[in-house]
Amino acid sequence: MSTQGMMRDVLVGLVPLILTGLVVFRGAALAQMVICVAACVAAELVFTAMRKGPVSIKDGSAAVTGMILALSLPATAPWFVGVLGSVVAIGLSKVIFGGLGQNLFNPAMVGRAFVMIAFPAMIGASAYVVQDASVHALTMATPLTSLKMSGVVTPLGQLLTGATNGSIGETGALACLLGGIYLCWRRAAAWQIPVAVIASAAVISLLSSGFSISAVLHELSAGALLFGAFFIATDPVTSPVTPRGRWIFGIGVGCFIMMLRKLSGYPEGVMFAVLLMNAVVPLINRWTIPEPLGGPVPVRN
Amino acid sequence: MTKVAVNYPGKGTFERGIHPPEMKQWAEDKSISVLPTPKELYIPLLQHVGAPAKLLVAPKEQVVYGQVIAEAGGFISAPIHSPVAGVVGRGANITLANGRHVPMVPVVTASDSVGAADGIYEDMLGGEWPLSLLDDFSPEEIVDKIKQAGIVGQGGAAFPTFVKVLKNKDKPVDALVINGCECEPYLTADHRVMLEAPQAVIAGTLLAAKASGAKAIYIAVESNKMDAVEALRPYAQGTAVTLAVVETRYPMGGEKQTVRAVTGRTIPTGGLPLDVGVVVMNVSTTWAVARAVLRGKPLTHRVITVTGRGIAEPKNVLAPVGVPLQELIDFCGGLKADTARIIAGGPMMGFTVGNLKTPVTKGTSGITVMTLDDVHEEETTHCVRCGRCVDVCPLNLIPTKMALAAKNKDWELAKKYHIGACMECGCCAYSCPANIPLVQLIRMGKVQMLKK
Repeated sequence: MSTQGMMRDVLVGLVPLILTGLVVFRGAALAQMVICVAACVAAELVFTAMRKGPVSIKDGSAAVTGMILALSLPATAPWFVGVLGSVVAIGLSKVIFGGLGQNLFNPAMVGRAFVMIAFPAMIGASAYVVQDASVHALTMATPLTSLKMSGVVTPLGQLLTGATNGSIGETGALACLLGGIYLCWRRAAAWQIPVAVIASAAVISLLSSGFSISAVLHELSAGALLFGAFFIATDPVTSPVTPRGRWIFGIGVGCFIMMLRKLSGYPEGVMFAVLLMNAVVPLINRWTIPEPLGGPVPVRN
Repeated sequence: MTKVAVNYPGKGTFERGIHPPEMKQWAEDKSISVLPTPKELYIPLLQHVGAPAKLLVAPKEQVVYGQVIAEAGGFISAPIHSPVAGVVGRGANITLANGRHVPMVPVVTASDSVGAADGIYEDMLGGEWPLSLLDDFSPEEIVDKIKQAGIVGQGGAAFPTFVKVLKNKDKPVDALVINGCECEPYLTADHRVMLEAPQAVIAGTLLAAKASGAKAIYIAVESNKMDAVEALRPYAQGTAVTLAVVETRYPMGGEKQTVRAVTGRTIPTGGLPLDVGVVVMNVSTTWAVARAVLRGKPLTHRVITVTGRGIAEPKNVLAPVGVPLQELIDFCGGLKADTARIIAGGPMMGFTVGNLKTPVTKGTSGITVMTLDDVHEEETTHCVRCGRCVDVCPLNLIPTKMALAAKNKDWELAKKYHIGACMECGCCAYSCPANIPLVQLIRMGKVQMLKK
């Protein structure tokens, strides 16, 4: 297994999401993916050249960042949103830290956070509703916005198959599960993280909804929770290396998602939850150094 | 995962570890063949953990087969015997496969015995090893004969065996675990010894148990060597020996792992099996013990696997200690044109050898010859912190952090990550997608920390 092989596994794991996105959003989704992947790869080339570092395109990490960024954007976001997001993701979040493996924050999420703050109208909740769209899905608010603003619950069937509005990669809950399980099976993602994210979000949702199973299922399958749990929080570079650390990290992400969803002005919280927990990863790694088999090394004089 | 029936206290497995391709197909079916006596042997005076042996012979002196040419140089040390009749040459220093520079004495074989190794197989491995004779020896006699025969552990670490089986008043022993796991890929020497001399293995096991006072006796064999288990079974029947089939998994042969799999006990970090009442011994060592006690023969020869894609005819060879690798390679048909790397030992924990004059020692279990196809070097990339090394480390360490701390010479941090507990098994480097030489970095770090 090589780094390149690991990135290939991630791309394969993303295939169900990509297909769902293409079915739901057609050409707009395709354009967004092409723009983000191309821009990320180009940005990686330019920034590594500026840093005079080794060319790192071959490892495939820039393509993965581009694809995840595209999948986390609305299909209808204008082209420069994707391009700027990519430049920030690769330049500000990855290469200036030293390139692959050196960054603290998930590059795709940093890129997305940047464009979300820079162009709130083009990527915020309102961006998802395009009244004159030919595709039916685009005329609806996202399931989480509908729930938050008007208390409308989207039927579970629609959430599972992806027949809803949302970011390109988050609409199909089944596709996320399928790709995510593949990722864990290939060990390209640490299984503890998605399990911890989903379980903690489910528990909080169960408690806050007065033990309503249907509310829990809606919470889990709407929005980017599954996409984030399997594909964003599991970015190896920005998540802990110890099994215990991965549990802590996953539970933290799940709790932050639910806190942001319930208490903040945003309908969704995955991006900020992951970025917040990214900041704590070095600490988590240090807290969770396991005791070696047979106990600590004896001190000799 | 192989499900293994367990009739011993442990679970038959240990936590984490890996299962690399076994690569045993080249040599596992090859019966042990006898190397014709070579013209010259280079006999290192330090072939074990502990103090070097002290030379007893002078240049030009005649020696006979089995004669002591160097005596133990301390308590943890072992005498060395001449494997041939011949003339002692002038001593010099030589570099062993593990990188140590040690004094060496050459022995030139008497011209009439060069090439003739007739009868050695029968003498060493064949014949009967009557278990009824075991009552004739007291524990003290057994320990003494092991000591006189210069036996050291044949699994690789080469710890003088008599020290292990010597009764220790403070730390009583209740279990003996014979390690027949041979979890290194490629190697098959222990496997062949169990198949071809099962009675000697059982006899040696019982002798070692008697010497150490162990009541519970286990021979641990990985589940990919069921034929060895079947070969041992008839001789084990009616004795106190339990054949413990354990899961095929690397590094099952590491003593911490074997003891955990078989007895369920955990050896403390920095401690010995003795700390949990266990003596561990390699299966080929039991054969040497039987030979020493029942036949009065010193440890002069051992079985070495010469294998890999790069060798013309892979074999298991009964060879004298001190034979240069070149002789063994020639005996096995020589190297193929695309040979890329010669390793003393197996690929996981062995040492790459540059000089084919390097002699084998009492601890050399194999020679693995790899071709260009086997060793295709992949580029090292940055650590992506995927944690695969953490997921496979059988000692529950964080290899990537230890290695990076060692690379940055941050010894405090390396200590925080328990670098001293690492046994250098190589599971982490094997699993690393970024191809980082984790073991080398950690090993270097440990050495430099000791120097400070």
